[in-house]
Amino acid sequence: MDIRAHVSMVFHLDKCIGCHTCSIACKNIWTDRKGTEYMWWNNVETKPGTGYPTQWEDQEKYKGGWEKKNEELKLKLHSKLGGLGNIFYNPYLPTIDDYYEPWTYDYENLFNAPEGDDQPTARAISMITGKPMDSIEAGPNWDDDLGGSPLYARNDVNLDELTDDEREQLNELERVVFFYLPRICNHCLNPGCVAACPAGAIYKRGEDGIVLLSQEKCRAWRMCISGCPYKKTYFNWASGKSEKCILCYPRLESGQPPACFHSCVGRIRYLGVLLYDADQIEKCASVPDHELVAAQRNMIQDPFDPEVIAAAKKNGISDAMITSAQNSPVYKFVKKWQIALPLHPDFRTLPMLYYVPPMLPVLAKTKDGNYDVDGLEKEGLPAMLSSLEKARMPIKYMASMFSAGNVQEVEDVYRKLIAVRIFKRAQKVKDYQQADVDAALSQGKTTAEEVEAIFRLTALPTYEERFVVPPLGREVAVEAWEVPLDHKREAGFGVRNKIAKRKF
Amino acid sequence: MFDNALFIGFPYAAVTISIAVTIYRFFFDPYSVSSQSSQFLENRKLFFGSVPWHYGLITILLGHLTALLFSRLWGLFTANQTRLYVLEITGLALALMATVGLVILFYRRMADARSQAVTSELDWILLVVLFLQVGLGFWVAYYYRWGSDWYLHTAVPWLVSLLKFQPDITYVTALPFWVKFHFLNGFTIAFLLPFTRLVHLLVYPLSYLWREHQVVIWNKARH
Repeated sequence: MDIRAHVSMVFHLDKCIGCHTCSIACKNIWTDRKGTEYMWWNNVETKPGTGYPTQWEDQEKYKGGWEKKNEELKLKLHSKLGGLGNIFYNPYLPTIDDYYEPWTYDYENLFNAPEGDDQPTARAISMITGKPMDSIEAGPNWDDDLGGSPLYARNDVNLDELTDDEREQLNELERVVFFYLPRICNHCLNPGCVAACPAGAIYKRGEDGIVLLSQEKCRAWRMCISGCPYKKTYFNWASGKSEKCILCYPRLESGQPPACFHSCVGRIRYLGVLLYDADQIEKCASVPDHELVAAQRNMIQDPFDPEVIAAAKKNGISDAMITSAQNSPVYKFVKKWQIALPLHPDFRTLPMLYYVPPMLPVLAKTKDGNYDVDGLEKEGLPAMLSSLEKARMPIKYMASMFSAGNVQEVEDVYRKLIAVRIFKRAQKVKDYQQADVDAALSQGKTTAEEVEAIFRLTALPTYEERFVVPPLGREVAVEAWEVPLDHKREAGFGVRNKIAKRKF
Repeated sequence: MFDNALFIGFPYAAVTISIAVTIYRFFFDPYSVSSQSSQFLENRKLFFGSVPWHYGLITILLGHLTALLFSRLWGLFTANQTRLYVLEITGLALALMATVGLVILFYRRMADARSQAVTSELDWILLVVLFLQVGLGFWVAYYYRWGSDWYLHTAVPWLVSLLKFQPDITYVTALPFWVKFHFLNGFTIAFLLPFTRLVHLLVYPLSYLWREHQVVIWNKARH
């Protein structure tokens, strides 16, 4: 048993309102430099939809992640020798057009244009070439809220396995149903970007599992961009270096949650430590598709188990870190309650960002322009609540995203989430029979006590309950014996540039 | 005297500066070492330019290097007429491939606005010098036949004399202008190497072949 600690995350999709505050917080801090204008280390997608970059989930196109070939786990992108051969031209590299060409506007023209018959306009200016753009063909969140077209939803890769009836189900009410999917780097346990980098510039920090990309070692071989199935490493075309989400480690090291977490309006984000068994990584990434979620959950260890604690201590994990793991909200969602699932476990990178899937709207039809929920009331259920049988979002679609197609895994999550709703509804509004509540609890394989705990951490968590930042303290640790300002700009993001020591 | 400056002074100066600046750059400015790939901005023309250019050029360069390092064996190989023909034709074909690739890359940098946005003045100088070099190489191979053989008795002994610090330029001074130009332009490229994106050829990541897939770095030493 090789126990390691990992700063892990949960996004509760039911609470995401798609406001993009997280994206803006991130952009303002990290990607407002030349060459990074198009990058959104944190982005929010509308699902079903094609996402950013377009069709990123289609690994036949981008060759990200791993695949099992003859019982062996292989990078989908290349063998090591093949990678060196493709170094002069990477056939699977997304280009700027798969994201969008960043632009600004010629605002000056509004003031300086000579008097004429027409209003002056501010033309779009490319932030790459500096030349006017004839037309803007894509932008950040181009398909936000489906961008007014069902085309984006129809091209979603996760719909491939659905029957025509199930696809039609998506379009029943006001044409289409959707939810939001915020995405950052998953800081995977078996990252494709690290494995694909020929220069060895990308690495996982042993102490907390954050995946970082050394700007000094990167040589622009650009294999990481293809190797990451989530397309969360980006190429800075101006500096000739790849860049990625750093989980705001300078903030974590001074005890604060990452900026996207901190700024989240819907408070959908949770951060905490998970203890896992590193010996199991390869085995876990190699199991058949339908066992992937269970295997990954199995790898996460109970931080209260004395055996695990002993093994953790043997590995040099501090008591404070173990306490942090015991208080971790992520542990509760992922392992204890088992209602948070990894995004696309089928890519076999073992992502450490987990999602609580969104409650599905009930299936209803429009009749004479009205929302008709007759079908439900006949069954004696209040119409406003979710029902798995009447879900409008096909369960297969969710399974394609969150459990490598294992429908049972997703159903179990939903049964429990529905039990929470029915239990609380019965408690507050009292329009359910006790028998219905008991049935829901047993279907959800849960208890009244667990349901209360889930409700509490979902609906009423405090700042401290959402973010249990582990005691990394590297940023502040020097303060005890040195002047922190002396170390300013020595470590962290960007170009290392030692500044002159302060004179006293 | 002028020949001495060209064939002794210039090569030594170029290589000395090149090595010194390379060392400086790797130690004091490792961040700047990058292939500065522009594939992300322009994909299609790059394919038709970069692939023939790199594969053509690397093979030819390896040929030059093999002949220099194993000149006896190379001499035995070219002693047979058929083998000499095959070698010359292969060389010409590869030179043509590299030249065509470079022309496409040149065109790409000129015609594509996005590529232009990431092209520096040094890049243009490098492109011109590289184009001169492969162009001259092709020219010499075509007009002064059997270069794979006479190379052994002209450039090789000259280069070996330079390496031994006993420079002897009599091997090369009598050669035609275009041949000498090709030699000297080669040293110009060596000189430019650490100043341009050409440094990327020094960091070709061979170590990927024996590295573990996953890289984990611990801040604290593990016991």
